[in-house]
Amino acid sequence: MRLTKILPALALALGLASGASAADKLKIGTEGAYPPFNMIDEKGKVGGFDVDIAMALCAEMKVTCDIVTQDWDGIIPALVQKKFDAIVASMSITDERKKAVAFTDHYYTNKLQFIAPKASSFSPALDALKGKVLGAQRATISGTWLEDKVGKTATVKLYDTQENAYLDLAAGRLDGVLGDKFVNYEWLKSDAGKAFEFKGEPVFDDDKIGIAVRKKDDKLRQRLNDALAAIRANGTYEKINAKYFPFSIY
Amino acid sequence: MNFEVIVENLPKLLDGALLTVELVVFSSLAGLALAFPLALARCSPRPWLRAGPWAYIFFFRGTPLLVQLFLVYYGLSQFEAVRASIFWPILRDAWWCALITMALHTAAYIAEILRGAIQAVPRGEIEAAHSLGMGVWQAQRRIVLPRAVRIALPAYSNEVILMLKGSALASTITLLELTGTARTVIARTYMPIEIFLAAGVLYLLISFALVQVFRLLERRLGTYAC
Amino acid sequence: MNLHGFGDQLLAGTLLTLQLAFASLGVGLALGMAGALAKTSRNAAARWAGSTYTTVVRGVPELLVVLLVYFGASQVLTMLAELVGIDAYVEIDAFTAGTIALGLTFGAYATEVLRGALQTVPHGHVEAAQALGMGSGRIFIRIVMPQAWRVALPGLGNLFLVLLKDTALISVIGLEELMRKSAIAVSHTKEPFTFYMAAALIYLGLTVAAMTGLALLEKRAARGFARRTA
Repeated sequence: MRLTKILPALALALGLASGASAADKLKIGTEGAYPPFNMIDEKGKVGGFDVDIAMALCAEMKVTCDIVTQDWDGIIPALVQKKFDAIVASMSITDERKKAVAFTDHYYTNKLQFIAPKASSFSPALDALKGKVLGAQRATISGTWLEDKVGKTATVKLYDTQENAYLDLAAGRLDGVLGDKFVNYEWLKSDAGKAFEFKGEPVFDDDKIGIAVRKKDDKLRQRLNDALAAIRANGTYEKINAKYFPFSIY
Repeated sequence: MNFEVIVENLPKLLDGALLTVELVVFSSLAGLALAFPLALARCSPRPWLRAGPWAYIFFFRGTPLLVQLFLVYYGLSQFEAVRASIFWPILRDAWWCALITMALHTAAYIAEILRGAIQAVPRGEIEAAHSLGMGVWQAQRRIVLPRAVRIALPAYSNEVILMLKGSALASTITLLELTGTARTVIARTYMPIEIFLAAGVLYLLISFALVQVFRLLERRLGTYAC
Repeated sequence: MNLHGFGDQLLAGTLLTLQLAFASLGVGLALGMAGALAKTSRNAAARWAGSTYTTVVRGVPELLVVLLVYFGASQVLTMLAELVGIDAYVEIDAFTAGTIALGLTFGAYATEVLRGALQTVPHGHVEAAQALGMGSGRIFIRIVMPQAWRVALPGLGNLFLVLLKDTALISVIGLEELMRKSAIAVSHTKEPFTFYMAAALIYLGLTVAAMTGLALLEKRAARGFARRTA
């Protein structure tokens, strides 16, 4: 998951969060450019796994919720400035972010996994990656992984968007793409992804995704955690999960 | 300001700067070569000969370089026929795509500069050439073009500086030239101000060096004399 | 050309592109005027500031200026706020950052155009206005600017055409203008050529419209001046 813009977040560490949010109405921030987790359709409507989870939590807490979209780089500052009360946008729980915001328990676990053409004998073993041309999105854990592990032995190409990496994989410019497993999964289901498949096991499998709230909103964090536990227990979570993936992503 | 992070990443940035210079030099030269036939055809008295270059120049000057770059890099690969063609080994390479797009782009601008310069060659000199018994082509080659090149040189040097600035867009198609390198370093260090400023200084140094080269060239060609 | 239902989105992007272009034009004209006045000033420090501004901005890629403003400005502003004792975070959104960055670039080139134009106004006109008892502000607005404007217009017009195309750079920081909307459509349809070509044609249309508008403006500004054909 993406790590961009820790910087404003750090600038915020001493920020101006205060007071608890209104009990009956919550504003939820998301990005809207990260299918299938959060995306905007051609009519401008926001949907996706994150949004469904957010709505389920709101129903569980018996509050009405508005979904607000915000670009990724400005999403933590906007939370602290109270543009909204919580971020449900597939955000990785990281130590750097914890300096600026507080996280709930995780609501899914991301994994990083390679995809490559079905016809190729691609393998994610470090030795086998030597000399390959590999792509990932810039400023993501995947990009960092590639640079750290094979930056010297393979050609690493970093893209502004995940989509452009897929376009190049489909065009045959890349031997493989490293990305978030579930986002890759979504692309493999599309027409463009037909000739490609996952290769090997995930290279990293413990990227916890949580909901961010302002540090001082501990009450809200508790309520979200309780609601999360409740929808996990009563089957709502499973239903939403099944709508997007035929396997558990918790 | 954290100067340590600049020093630490300077070798990477210099590598990027080298690629930037490479892109600018090659695309400016290729653009110049393309621009000559374009400008000559554009000045032709025959309308059917003028139409092609006119449309070419109109398209490349009327649309953003970023769109042109994406059309060549991502757009062309939409077609199976392109990927199956003999051009694919070149078009699949980001370096070539950047170079080709930049050359096509700058050629449109240089062609207009050359056209202006060709038209600025004094009529009397051409008539003098004709009266010496030179044919149309000979007069073009020996009188008009050399004169036009000298007249166009200052404007061409401006165009090369614009290409230096345009080359930053190559970072959007994965090339690690100066801007691309800076962005990649920032994704790790979270020090945008330091790294971008360092990159900015390198760009200023490159453009200063280019200006000096053109000043020498202008002196050699005696632009000041006319 | 089949746009798969993304026509409305491209239209919305085009509108945002236009908003961005005109907002940047406003900022850029103000900066250009300030730069021109600084460069023609009798104050050496002002002249130095003016030429540093134009040299630096004109030698650095527009994309770098955009990225620096977007990623750097909030950091700087927050530090400035801390210096004066305000504990706040200043957020710069993509539109604001884009407007500032494109305005900065436009302003640097406009400085040269406006400086040249200001110098074409005969000094005698200013002296005559002074003799009539007009204040310096009034002289600038009623005597100098109307004449300089006519001279500057073609140059500023060319800069606006460049600005219009440079708005595409703001897509890199996520503003959903025409270029970004096209990229979103590409991610849904996997047809990059179709949508980038559609974007190119729209930019061409905007360029033609802008050129037409500029020709009208130039004609208007030239009222009262002798025409060569007359």
